[in-house]
Amino acid sequence: MLSTPALVLAIILFALGLIGLLSRRNILYMLLSLEIMLNAAALAFIAGGARWGQVDGEIMFLFILTLAAAEVSVALGIVLQLSHRFRTLDADAFCEMRG
Amino acid sequence: METLFYIAAAVTILATLRVITHVHAVHALLYLVVALIALSLIFYLLGAQFAAALEIIIYGGAIMVLFIFVVMLLGPLAVEQERTWFSLSAWIGPSILALVLLGEVGYLIASGDHPTMAVAEPRQKAISIALYGPYIIGVELASMLLLPGLIGAYHLGRRLSSEARSC
Repeated sequence: MLSTPALVLAIILFALGLIGLLSRRNILYMLLSLEIMLNAAALAFIAGGARWGQVDGEIMFLFILTLAAAEVSVALGIVLQLSHRFRTLDADAFCEMRG
Repeated sequence: METLFYIAAAVTILATLRVITHVHAVHALLYLVVALIALSLIFYLLGAQFAAALEIIIYGGAIMVLFIFVVMLLGPLAVEQERTWFSLSAWIGPSILALVLLGEVGYLIASGDHPTMAVAEPRQKAISIALYGPYIIGVELASMLLLPGLIGAYHLGRRLSSEARSC
């Protein structure tokens, strides 16, 4: 069965995405790391669906795909706005809210 | 089968590592496309052909093209910058990883044993029935998510262009 190594791979990919999200300050790379983490979650769903022989994993993959498409279209619009207004992509530069 | 899976998994992890450690956005995107294609091969080996095809078409195709367009819009397209994009070091790494994947797919086609192929057709049917049966509320929710996504992207992009015209 390939589902156990696939789950391990999903964990590794999710950890890589999380490390990238926490360590990079360029907002475009943070988006890419989010995509990697979404893919890791989708791989976990597919592995679960393959393990039990059910189609629910692939249906959840479809929903994750929809979510990723909507998220990317809005987030890239925000990236364009930020780069237009602040002339940088550094996430630490967007500190107007003093968070 | 297991060997193919482990090779594809190694390609995915290597490409993802290069994505999060690279400084050039276009190079990182190239590596991410390779990682997504390797992941779609893993989906195929797990028996989810429909998910594998969608991964290539929507993730590797549409979403990555969107990213590349935005990267092109962000930076000024200086000539010397373009020259660094097309240098040998830019595409040699993704090409090697993609060639490994191509070899795997060629082996899969040449070996001719497709244990996942035989069950493909009723599986697609089961996916469709489940999607529009018990998961119909999820489809409705996805449509309700996509419409605000479309409006939001239109709004954000439109204000950028009008401000660019005014100043």
